[in-house]
Amino acid sequence: MNGRRLKELVGFTILRLATFIILLVLFVIISFIAVRGIKVVNWGFLTEMPRAGMTAGGILPAILGTFYLTLCAICFALPLGVGAAIYLTEYAKQGILVRIIRVGVNNLAGVPSVVFGLFGLAAFVKFLRFGVSILAGGLTLGILILPIIIRASEEALRSVPQSFREASLALGATKWQTIRKVVIPSCLPGVLTGAILGVGRAAGETAPILFTAATFYKMSLPHSILSETQALPYHIYALMTEGTHPEVQVPIAYGTALVLLILVLGIDLVAIILRNRARRRKW
Amino acid sequence: MVRLVHSPQSIVHRESEIKVSIRNLNIWYRDKQAIKNVSLDIKKNKVTAVIGPSGCGKSTFIRAINRMNDIIPEARVEGKILLDGKNIYPPRNKKVNNIVLGDKPWYKKIFFSRRRGEKILNEDNKYYIDVVEVRRKVGMVFQRTNPFPKSIFENVAYGLKINKSVKKKSQLWARVEQSLKDAALWDEVKDRLNHSALDLSGGQQQRLCIARALAVEPEVVLFDEPCSALDPVATAKIEELIQNLKDKYTIVIVTHNMQQAARISDFCAFLMMGELVEFDRTEKIFTAPSKKVTEDYITGRFG
Repeated sequence: MNGRRLKELVGFTILRLATFIILLVLFVIISFIAVRGIKVVNWGFLTEMPRAGMTAGGILPAILGTFYLTLCAICFALPLGVGAAIYLTEYAKQGILVRIIRVGVNNLAGVPSVVFGLFGLAAFVKFLRFGVSILAGGLTLGILILPIIIRASEEALRSVPQSFREASLALGATKWQTIRKVVIPSCLPGVLTGAILGVGRAAGETAPILFTAATFYKMSLPHSILSETQALPYHIYALMTEGTHPEVQVPIAYGTALVLLILVLGIDLVAIILRNRARRRKW
Repeated sequence: MVRLVHSPQSIVHRESEIKVSIRNLNIWYRDKQAIKNVSLDIKKNKVTAVIGPSGCGKSTFIRAINRMNDIIPEARVEGKILLDGKNIYPPRNKKVNNIVLGDKPWYKKIFFSRRRGEKILNEDNKYYIDVVEVRRKVGMVFQRTNPFPKSIFENVAYGLKINKSVKKKSQLWARVEQSLKDAALWDEVKDRLNHSALDLSGGQQQRLCIARALAVEPEVVLFDEPCSALDPVATAKIEELIQNLKDKYTIVIVTHNMQQAARISDFCAFLMMGELVEFDRTEKIFTAPSKKVTEDYITGRFG
């Protein structure tokens, strides 16, 4: 075997190994959580209130809380993000200002999530007096996922062929009609993919809701948008750090982690299916 | 290298027969000048072909006639294009929401103009041009077939719906049917109007694009190399169609194919490197061109 072939073999082996290690890590994490969590997950676990100081019962309030928080986040971030993306790609004059805005959006994506939490505390909880509530937490999560949605939407908008816009304008459509009737329907799958990825991210975040929405233990389900709530990620944190019965709490924490993991993976799966369907569609 | 000298057009039409009149048109992309001082008249209900080697500015030229160059940020247009005697490029203009405003304060223009209906005015200093309306009057068929990813019916109905030009659903159907018939596509698609337009063949898609353009009742139809992606049979159909359309519409067609220009056009403009080399009746251009360059090009010595 000559030197060239040997180098190729070594190179490929290293690359193959890298991929394999990543898959292995993923597999270990998922199976670790699954093996430890599966014991406590059953129908009752999903549909019952926690009992006896979180040492028994289910995690229904946390599941519902995460659902409400995510819903609130997406209701806030989707129109805002898609609107901003449309403005940036379709209307705004491409120049220094738009470039600065893009850099800003990208930097927003790099801000640590706990900073968003602090911002939410100052802006929504204190300044706007929402208190620790679903609304405050949802808005904070909304800001967190805004860059994801803007970037995905911009990408989707740019993938709409210019020839569609030209055809529409040449028929006497205004720019707005063109965007609404041709561009948006064509880019919808891409926008939805971004939105769903955002939902997955929002569902799993702990730090932004730490000060803005989450409560550690609550006897009742949240009854309004201004009430505080339990949430899955924070529930795990609470079970692992508080309480006096770790031998019962830790399995429940793993069960909660499993539910959260399945939820997020499920959401991402929907995004992947949507994206593939959009790709398959020919123009 | 052949030296090009701009010559004034050699034929003069009677004014009443002129649909579009282009005067001293200059177009730049940033610093590169794509069209250099072109002047010519396009006659009503005739087919005018624009020929020339690749990159000579043919597409840029016809896209100027319905202001499609506006959507290219780097493009800059100078000169006049008169549509029925009204300049669609008023000078020193300010653009607000597609309405190019002249000298009156812009708010007066907004409040004293109606958004729909006849509004291309040009009486000396007071004019405003609705670009959207210009594009409605001057339709365009593109080189790459570009039906919307909608049904066949929706494609043709699109222009009617956005222009709100028909009130009743029955009228909408009638206009769609008429447009498809005008584009010689009706018999092939009448049983599957709800199918996706993307299932049609290339030639059918291009005729659908023509039907879509005709549906809004334009006065001028611009064809930007409509057959360059089509096979000979589809090309023949489109050529025949263009011949039939000239009773109703004024047609400008850009083409690479000189036989095509000779077959279907009444007038022919030869562009080279952004300059109008020769403009004359088609039979004259193809039998007795007055310039050596034109002769070299049409006999295939370059380009």
